[in-house]
Amino acid sequence: MALIHDVMPAFELFQPVTVADTLALLDKYKKSAWVLAGGMDTFDWLKDRNKRPEIVVDISGVKEIRGVQATSDGGIEIGAGTILSEVVQHPLVKDKYPILTQAAEVVASPQIRAQGTLGGNVSQDTRCWYYRGGWACYRAGGNICYADTPSAINREHAIFDADRCVAVNPSDTAPALIALDAKMVIRSVEGERMVDAEKFFIGPALDITRMTVLQPGELLTAIRIPATWAGASFYFEKVRERQVWDFPIVNVAAVFVVSDGKIERSRIAVNAVAAHPMRLTSVEAAIAGKPRNEETAKLGGERAIQGAKPLAHNEYKIPLMRNLVKRAIRGQTA
Amino acid sequence: MNYKLIGKNYQSPDITAKVTGKSRYAEDYRADGMLFAKLLLSPMPHARVRSIDASEALKMPGVHAILTADEVPLVAPPVRGNAAAEEEGPDSKGARGVPIKPEPALTNEPVFYGQPILAVAAEDEVTAADAIERIKVDFEPLPFCVDPLQSLRPGGPNARLEGNVYYSTLAKTLKWTEEDWKEVEAGRLPMREAPDTWKVGDVDAAFKEAAVIIDETVASQATSHQCMEPRSSMAYWQNGKLFMHASAQSTAHVGQSIGNWAKVDRKNVVLLGDYVGGGFGGKNPETHMHTAIPALLAKKTGRPVMLRITREEDNFIGRSRAGMVMRVRMGFRKDGRMIALDMFVVQANGPFARAGDYGTCAVVASANYTPVNMRFRGTAVLTNTPPHGPQRGPGGAQSTVMFEPLLCQAARKLGIDEVEIRKINAPTTGMAFGVPEKDGERSHFTSAFPREALERGAEKFNWAERKKRNGHMRGTKVSGVGVSLANFTAGTIGFDGMIVLTPEGKLNIYSGVGNIGTLSVYDTARVAAEMLDMPWDKCEVIWGDTSKHLPWSSRQGGSQTIHGTSRANYAAAADAKQKLQEIAAKDLGGSPDDYAIGNQRVFRKGNPGSGMSYAQAAQRAIALGGRFDGHEVAQDLNVVTKESAKAIAGTGLMGVAKDNYGRKGNTQSFVASFAEVEVDVETGEYKILDYLCVADCGTVVNPRGLEGQLHGGAIQGIGHTRSQKWVYDQEYGIPLARRFHYNRPPSILDIPEKMDWDAVNLPDSQTPIGAKGIAEAAVGAGAGAVRCALAAAIGDDYVRRTPVGIDMILASVEAKQRVDRGLTFNV
Repeated sequence: MALIHDVMPAFELFQPVTVADTLALLDKYKKSAWVLAGGMDTFDWLKDRNKRPEIVVDISGVKEIRGVQATSDGGIEIGAGTILSEVVQHPLVKDKYPILTQAAEVVASPQIRAQGTLGGNVSQDTRCWYYRGGWACYRAGGNICYADTPSAINREHAIFDADRCVAVNPSDTAPALIALDAKMVIRSVEGERMVDAEKFFIGPALDITRMTVLQPGELLTAIRIPATWAGASFYFEKVRERQVWDFPIVNVAAVFVVSDGKIERSRIAVNAVAAHPMRLTSVEAAIAGKPRNEETAKLGGERAIQGAKPLAHNEYKIPLMRNLVKRAIRGQTA
Repeated sequence: MNYKLIGKNYQSPDITAKVTGKSRYAEDYRADGMLFAKLLLSPMPHARVRSIDASEALKMPGVHAILTADEVPLVAPPVRGNAAAEEEGPDSKGARGVPIKPEPALTNEPVFYGQPILAVAAEDEVTAADAIERIKVDFEPLPFCVDPLQSLRPGGPNARLEGNVYYSTLAKTLKWTEEDWKEVEAGRLPMREAPDTWKVGDVDAAFKEAAVIIDETVASQATSHQCMEPRSSMAYWQNGKLFMHASAQSTAHVGQSIGNWAKVDRKNVVLLGDYVGGGFGGKNPETHMHTAIPALLAKKTGRPVMLRITREEDNFIGRSRAGMVMRVRMGFRKDGRMIALDMFVVQANGPFARAGDYGTCAVVASANYTPVNMRFRGTAVLTNTPPHGPQRGPGGAQSTVMFEPLLCQAARKLGIDEVEIRKINAPTTGMAFGVPEKDGERSHFTSAFPREALERGAEKFNWAERKKRNGHMRGTKVSGVGVSLANFTAGTIGFDGMIVLTPEGKLNIYSGVGNIGTLSVYDTARVAAEMLDMPWDKCEVIWGDTSKHLPWSSRQGGSQTIHGTSRANYAAAADAKQKLQEIAAKDLGGSPDDYAIGNQRVFRKGNPGSGMSYAQAAQRAIALGGRFDGHEVAQDLNVVTKESAKAIAGTGLMGVAKDNYGRKGNTQSFVASFAEVEVDVETGEYKILDYLCVADCGTVVNPRGLEGQLHGGAIQGIGHTRSQKWVYDQEYGIPLARRFHYNRPPSILDIPEKMDWDAVNLPDSQTPIGAKGIAEAAVGAGAGAVRCALAAAIGDDYVRRTPVGIDMILASVEAKQRVDRGLTFNV
């Protein structure tokens, strides 16, 4: 644990204005470079001195990765550097994918949304208070999970896929992007690769020190949402302790295409229950072809929590996740 | 009374600066050559410093000085606590106790995680921080305990080497028996002997006659004060005087304490603090030990020094409300009268002086229900957690939020309406309450109108109709309405007022009260203006800077200002009036009694055009000198007032006097409150649809200010019920929730959608204008009403501790039985 908090230490700062320059810097400094966009995840890491990068690459001046535009296939592309409040207000998003508008609108607080970016919201590190408090846990390179000891307070931690680490992914926009089958555009000096949103997020079993597939030298530049689910039926809900400036205890995002009163196809994702947002394919399969009613909702909710394992303080998250999935399928809160 | 100013809304003199951002907190000041200090905090909950090696840090360019524990004095705090404890408690077996050393500014034996060990002053904050990182401190870990029950457990650890439990002012070791501990494991406290105890009547006999008995163990959490302004301070020395920009609740009372810690005479301390970002009891005079750090570093370096306190640091040294767990047994007659109240409280005390909350918890219960027979037993257990201190309604808010749901439960069992049962047990003026003195006598209420407040509230809230919604489901949402009664102490006496009528015809009102946002520094000034019939735009309030010569006003705390300082200003105005009449008689003949005042003149009764103006009288006062312009003052004034009067003597006609009006009994305010909630049983989230409170706070002096206090206090209380808390990992003794976010004070979207208020506005006959303080009872009111509404929605049995989070509601609804965290503290 660092002795000093709330005082940012010195580091070398680069402020490139093009993607090309950014990638060159990230390539040059690889692991020692830290990408800074809105700073909402970064600043407390730096100020509390629990992470001490030597090089900070501030991409807030890179205009190429800001803004929302329509794509030729009828979808949209959102620059990773787009400020969340711009995402919230953008008519294209609101028109085609109001589920993303909703998700972005419940992130943190108005001040944070005016500063934080969409790319940052999906790339952010976990909020586990042990890990972020500077405890030398597995995720921080140590050999213990402090959030899973007999005395640990873990009411906001994982009920799925714990593997040494029980932290959760706190993003509100991530499940919406998974539900929309978004593609993450990742660039490096080597070129560009595209990753399904669903595969962008990783759990501790794959790499305990990272939350996404992003490697040193890589930059998330854009998020493409295909036309596939435009105009579908959407559901988003976030449950939190406080109605502003709080991370989700659980959130759910779902899209449905219903025809003849039956669910033709759907994609459902939840977050804050594991180290990565979870797409619930078994629920999607179970409800396919069924009417969108209470009975199907109940079935989906029960299916969603199969395999959930509570910690000492978070058993309540299991009924919460079940109920949220149920509500998503039912299509209304009450 | 037909007042011109009292009871009327007005714009306070500080509002323009606040709205335009010109008002400054301590941290906003700069001085030439100013250095910045940074603290090294304890990384352990209890340890001993074996050695400090600062050589690397001191070699750094820009580093000026280090200050360690050896260089700061120990200043004993005043003794607090209401419990009538015996020196030798029942479990001490005659063992001698050890006094706990007072809280220092810096220490070599840290007793909580985050306690300041040393400070470094450097050219800028980054250099100071980097220097701290190069200091090597060798800590020897010591046993610790952050949960009082774990400390009482057989074989449990002690938080202090001196002991684990307070017996009066001494610490001793107390461990419960295995049998007692079995009770704890079953979710109950043992009703055993305790160090602090008092009783009225015979509870054991009374229980035998009870028709209904409630027996529950309930808990209320610790919360940090979370003032908008952390306790930053900046100090410099000039000509032997210490100039201190600090965030202090009070002004006149603080010089002495800052002086003690900075090792300088009170007379050489200038406190500058005209705008303070909240106090809530956390910035009382005895809590300013950390101002010694910039003061002594400034002395050492010969440069001004700024110590900025961060939000996280403020969570460590910024005071907090004491958490407690209580077993309570209440016996009721069939008609709803509480005939027996037996309470057993364990308080997490923190590591230093005894916090009075658990004792006050009993007094407030006694005042709320006036039980015929009552017994209090309490244990203050030392813990390795940040120091507790009064937090707005200390002990009272906890009392309300823990007791009031149980009263609702009793009402339901008895088949009596929840408002009625409160009216049946609530006090009236003159009734006795609280701790018996040695002769068995108890204090009584100077005035008490809780029944009127409950009645008016019930009518305004449409209680009888709305109550029918309890348990009603709308989709996944269930409704609940709650009522609560809260009370708290509401005023002190015996302070000084000082005002000057100037030759320009202005009225200067000097006030040693602090400006923490309650407006009472101005509200009380308006009492003097009212008495002298002065238009408000010709009045100037002088506050917030001890170099401006302020009188010994009441402290700004304990809801005492509107009572204590309005009385003092009333006395000062009476003194000024007497002098006006005397001057008129001297110059114009007749006796002083022949003259009246009004319209800024002193005139012969019946002839308002005669006499002289206040301005002329002020000129005469200066010419006459002596007692007329403050060169001579009454001997019973406080020394601080005497010094200030001397400094401004000769500037006009001075009214200066001590409040000698006296009173019989204790002043207590009441708030009846009502809330409606809607709980979503699928998510555990709940909305507070509506909140109404009705205050019995005597005469209303400033309606808009009163609204601010009633609603602001309610929101603080709602935060207590909903979400605000500490979280500790017991194994390591380290806090996990350290800043705003995880401490979770309520956000603007968590407060009631609709809030309304009213006041019974009946004067307290034992105080000149009849006003009683209100800021503190307002907290319990918010906490209690929402807590009771939740119980009405989801059931009496589901919740027994605060804060009531989503986890508790959802887990209990799912299991159809109470699921919480047992009696563990800080989870």
